[in-house]
Amino acid sequence: MIRAVAARLAELAVVALGVSVLVFLMIHLIPGDAAQVMLGAADVGAVEVAALRERLGLDRPLPVQFALWLWHALQGDLGTSLWTGRPVLEEIAGRAGITAELTALALGLAMLLAIPAGCVMAALRSGAADYTVRIVSIIGVTMPSFWLGAMLLLVVSSALPGVAVIGYVPFADDPWGHAQRMILPALSLALPVLAALSRILRASMIEALGQDYTRTARAKGVAEWRVVAVHALRNALIPFVTSAGIMAGYLFGGSVVVEQVFAIPGLGRLMVGAIAERNYPLVQAAILLATLTFVGVNLLVDLLYLAIDPRGRRA
Amino acid sequence: MKNPLLAIGLGLVITLALLAALAPWVSPFDPNAQDILARLSAPTLRHALGTDNFGRDVASRILAGLRVLFAVSSASVLAALLLGGGLGLLAAWRGGWTERVLMRAMDVMFAFPIILLAIGVVAVLGPGVMGTAIAIGVVYTPIFARSLRAPARVLLASDQIEAARATGCTIRRILLRHLLPNLLPVILVQASLSLSTSMLVEASLSFLGLGTQPPTASLGRMLAESRAFLALCPWPALFSGLAILIAAFGFNLLGDGLQDRLDPRLRGRS
Repeated sequence: MIRAVAARLAELAVVALGVSVLVFLMIHLIPGDAAQVMLGAADVGAVEVAALRERLGLDRPLPVQFALWLWHALQGDLGTSLWTGRPVLEEIAGRAGITAELTALALGLAMLLAIPAGCVMAALRSGAADYTVRIVSIIGVTMPSFWLGAMLLLVVSSALPGVAVIGYVPFADDPWGHAQRMILPALSLALPVLAALSRILRASMIEALGQDYTRTARAKGVAEWRVVAVHALRNALIPFVTSAGIMAGYLFGGSVVVEQVFAIPGLGRLMVGAIAERNYPLVQAAILLATLTFVGVNLLVDLLYLAIDPRGRRA
Repeated sequence: MKNPLLAIGLGLVITLALLAALAPWVSPFDPNAQDILARLSAPTLRHALGTDNFGRDVASRILAGLRVLFAVSSASVLAALLLGGGLGLLAAWRGGWTERVLMRAMDVMFAFPIILLAIGVVAVLGPGVMGTAIAIGVVYTPIFARSLRAPARVLLASDQIEAARATGCTIRRILLRHLLPNLLPVILVQASLSLSTSMLVEASLSFLGLGTQPPTASLGRMLAESRAFLALCPWPALFSGLAILIAAFGFNLLGDGLQDRLDPRLRGRS
């Protein structure tokens, strides 16, 4: 067990280092002189460009730049925003929480609904049911969440005029108003994941219900609901949990887009604004932090998997 | 037909591809022509899907947007297939350190949430059709590398390839006659599933204003712009999103059906 965990941690370290290198290189991959591009083609003097190059360290050898950047990053200094001069970490901190909350809400909602949906769908096993399940789940998976969001917004605002469903209110200020504004974005994000997860759960439930241990449970007189909910479901949840972990990253990316629909001031709006302003240090830091968080979540899922399923521990 | 879903998927994909390819000839109007007297119109006989705030024909703009969507996603998925598939085969062929280093590099790229990596690439290259196409190509490269390496390894260790090597086949012949034909099912399935999701990525980037730039019609952008008059005239938003959904749905159904058809081990599991 300890060796398996150590192996995962070593893998994580390599991936995290690789992610940092790629994100670091972002500024260097900008075609032309990065400092010039950031300041825009408009009337900036050579002095300003030189000052920015020095501030970003673009005048030093690449490996030295990376080492310095990493050293500062480890101390929590990811650079300063080009336009406000504030540390990018500060600018991100205020926004990332909102995106994280949206992601977590959507994932929770999708998992909560996918468990009963997957179990019910596993009970329907005719040819027609198979086709219906597949078509519905594929529609769900390919549903653009930003479109679904816009349509939900349209329907809800015409059915319930006067109910505020866009924008953002901090939970501390107005818990009810906060929930009211988060529910539609969370729903539109959750649907594709709900579709994918319930299909995965259905497949593994069908497999689990055909196994010897479920037959044994039935033979010794265990109630049918217990066979499904306890014996089969517990085994079927293993691939379900792993997939849910992978979807966390997908949802995070999706929420960056959906925030735009509901005018939620999260990381997505911050990044889109930063790209328009060519505020690369901010974009760089946002991508780095979000990806490392996602890598961390996947590690947790891996460890959870090891805890649930002893077979993985030897590998 | 034993597999109706595969047939539906194939039918949808072929129809949409034809519409996209023939858009300039089958469109009822020029996608940028403005019919000032019929702004924000609901579907009518003249404008089958209505018009937008400039009086542009929604149906024509959707066809033009479909054309860009197909062009961008097929070019970038093809590039990702060649690059990622090539790297995956190289890793499987060489093994050892080459494989370890290549696959670790793919793991690193795979660690980024898809949209974030694509946004990063677009941030570097600048918004636009080219930036989006390259971004999607980059994002899908590790997906092809991973999905081709594993089956290629199994094949390379098989008796068939062993025999081909023993009889003195050239590398080229082994690759073209033995390896690729056997990998074709995996390639087809992965390519159509990737086309499906890459269309959603392209639409997302365009929706954020990072993809196709005006005045070129783009489905994602059309949806973004029509939000301004959503309550007044929901048609452009409704139809542009439906078009994205149907295109992505068609390719996903095709990939799903192909997987069922070509991989007997998965048959009956849905």
